[in-house]
Amino acid sequence: MKDNRLESRVHSDTTKPDTNKIEARKVQVFYGDNHALKDVDVDVLDKTVTAFIGPSGCGKSTFLRCLNRMNDTIPTCRVEGLIRMDSEDIYDARVDPVQLRAKVGMVFQKPNPFPKSIYDNVAYGPKIHGLTRNKAELDEIVETAIRRAALWNEVKDRLHSPGTGLSGGQQQRLCIARAIATSPEVLLMDEPCSALDPIATAQVEELIDELRAQFSVVIVTHSMQQAARVSQRTAFFHLGSLVEYGETGQIFTNPRDPRTESYITGRIG
Amino acid sequence: MSGSLLVQDARTVRRNAAERRFRLYGLMAICLAMAALVWLLLSIFSQGLPAFRQTFLTFPVTLDAAVLDKAGNRNPAEMAEVTTIGYGKHLARALSADIAARGIDVGPLSSKDLAGMLSEQSAATLRDMVLADPGLIDTTLTFQALANGRIDGYFKGRVTMDSAAKDKNTSPEKLALADRLRDAGVLTLGFNAGFLTLPDASDKRPEAAGLGIAILGSLYMMVVVLALALPIGVGAAVYLEEFAPRNTFTDLIEVNIANLAAVPSIVYGILGLAVFINFGGLPRSAPIVGGLVLTLMTLPRIIIPTRAALKAVPPSIRDAALGIGASRLQTVTHHVLPLAMPGILTGTIIGLAQALGESAPLLLIGMVAFVRDFPSLSPEGLFDPAAALPVQIYNWTQRGDPGFVERASGAIIVLLAFLMVMNAVAIWLRRKYERRW
Repeated sequence: MKDNRLESRVHSDTTKPDTNKIEARKVQVFYGDNHALKDVDVDVLDKTVTAFIGPSGCGKSTFLRCLNRMNDTIPTCRVEGLIRMDSEDIYDARVDPVQLRAKVGMVFQKPNPFPKSIYDNVAYGPKIHGLTRNKAELDEIVETAIRRAALWNEVKDRLHSPGTGLSGGQQQRLCIARAIATSPEVLLMDEPCSALDPIATAQVEELIDELRAQFSVVIVTHSMQQAARVSQRTAFFHLGSLVEYGETGQIFTNPRDPRTESYITGRIG
Repeated sequence: MSGSLLVQDARTVRRNAAERRFRLYGLMAICLAMAALVWLLLSIFSQGLPAFRQTFLTFPVTLDAAVLDKAGNRNPAEMAEVTTIGYGKHLARALSADIAARGIDVGPLSSKDLAGMLSEQSAATLRDMVLADPGLIDTTLTFQALANGRIDGYFKGRVTMDSAAKDKNTSPEKLALADRLRDAGVLTLGFNAGFLTLPDASDKRPEAAGLGIAILGSLYMMVVVLALALPIGVGAAVYLEEFAPRNTFTDLIEVNIANLAAVPSIVYGILGLAVFINFGGLPRSAPIVGGLVLTLMTLPRIIIPTRAALKAVPPSIRDAALGIGASRLQTVTHHVLPLAMPGILTGTIIGLAQALGESAPLLLIGMVAFVRDFPSLSPEGLFDPAAALPVQIYNWTQRGDPGFVERASGAIIVLLAFLMVMNAVAIWLRRKYERRW
């Protein structure tokens, strides 16, 4: 299963380098009567880092959580519009969100490792999705995931000590390792560096750049510098609407919308 | 504001005085509470501890075939014709023979008076022994007989020479003889294992009354409560907390569960009587009915702390599991429940402890009945009549003989010991499984 997915990805990469991984059209989100997100159209490209920026409460995290249907867990939340991944409607009644979330991994704002060992944290996803046949395969997946999250050298001697005992930056990288261990096709990151110090932030940013080779990464960030550093495409949200979406360079150097310009120059926020 | 920092202004003085007064009130409240607790424990232990010691008379008894098995065929059915009274007389003869052999002066006491120094229960015990094993006939065994409650009370300070003089059940002469028997080693004061193993006894035999059936009945009921209330309560709490939609209906359920926890327990007794006994046809006085009633009573007391424990699990753990593609059930069973387990176990054990100490609903379903036969150990024992610890205490406080005051206090000590063990287990479990995240 894992190998097939990898192959098809390599295949599509060579034929259509700029394919849309996720297409969102006219997405509306309501929390009860509150219209939180209005008419959002975004295309997330394959093997690209897409950044969502905007002031607090602008709906960027809400939109991110639509992409793996995490909003389903909020009882009052209602999503309308069309979100397609690989041309399949992810809000179709036949779609099981559990299967979707195996393909669309997520890293949260606050590091949230399970209160289990480092090994068990990373092995949990592959275990519940039945990705391995035996212990040796599982060990390999765990090691690969931790290596890719640039954490291996720090934890290889204490894989069976609790994940909650790591430092904040290590915990966040552990959460990234946990998310990529299930071989997702898209990785969603909701302000992954907001709880981290500058050194850990730099490590995570470097990691995001490496992950781009295998996945689409969508990152929500408060830091415009971070968006400029790690992303190829940037979307600017304001008051629940998508204001502008385009190449990161263009957004930061030559924004078309005056609101975007105001935000990146620090006049609204 | 001007003025020296070295001098307190009037406002500061008033505020500091108010704080000192408040501290003093708090200290006084604590002292009062501690004094009440100490007084309670002292009173219970001073009255109840003697129940764990018992006066015995030990002497050889020759089981004469001529008296106890006149037909001579060792057939228990025919031997049963000799009544407890016959055994009592035989026992009294054996005692007086032993006293005579030791050369102890009995004073003005007759053989009948000597019989009165033994518990009426002793003869019944001996009879049961012989009928169970007819081979004992024509042998001599050293028999440990319970002393009469008054003699027992004399050695525990409950009965004095003065009170004995006014008491038609005993006399100062008997007490004086008891002193001489003690010096001779016939009468001993030892650990009272029977208090924990024997069944209840009738009004005139406080010395033979034990908690055996009450402990067994309480144990059976706790097994029923644990087997029913824990899975149902935790299941209900998990469903309500993790799966149920939030709407008016679930709000209504929530309010009702909170109200049920506050319903007086005797109401559950009436419910149990109406539903389980009158409608369901289950037997009276049976641990199964008691267990079912206590289950109903305990359910809200397990559901509420379980929901609190589930609520206390950080949502980030649920997000993490869901975000990785775990189903909601996997999220609950793999992550949320293990983290909530200390709280759930603590709630369950405290709920069980409350159920163990509950007496009012059990009175209504007939567990106050006088029960001499042990319920069987097999599962059918759940349907046999039994007693329960708190009801046994209530029962004994109703009896006339002062010997039962000591028994009731002793039973309270046993109940407190069980409760303390359960609470200690709750604390231990909480410490053991408590995890940081």
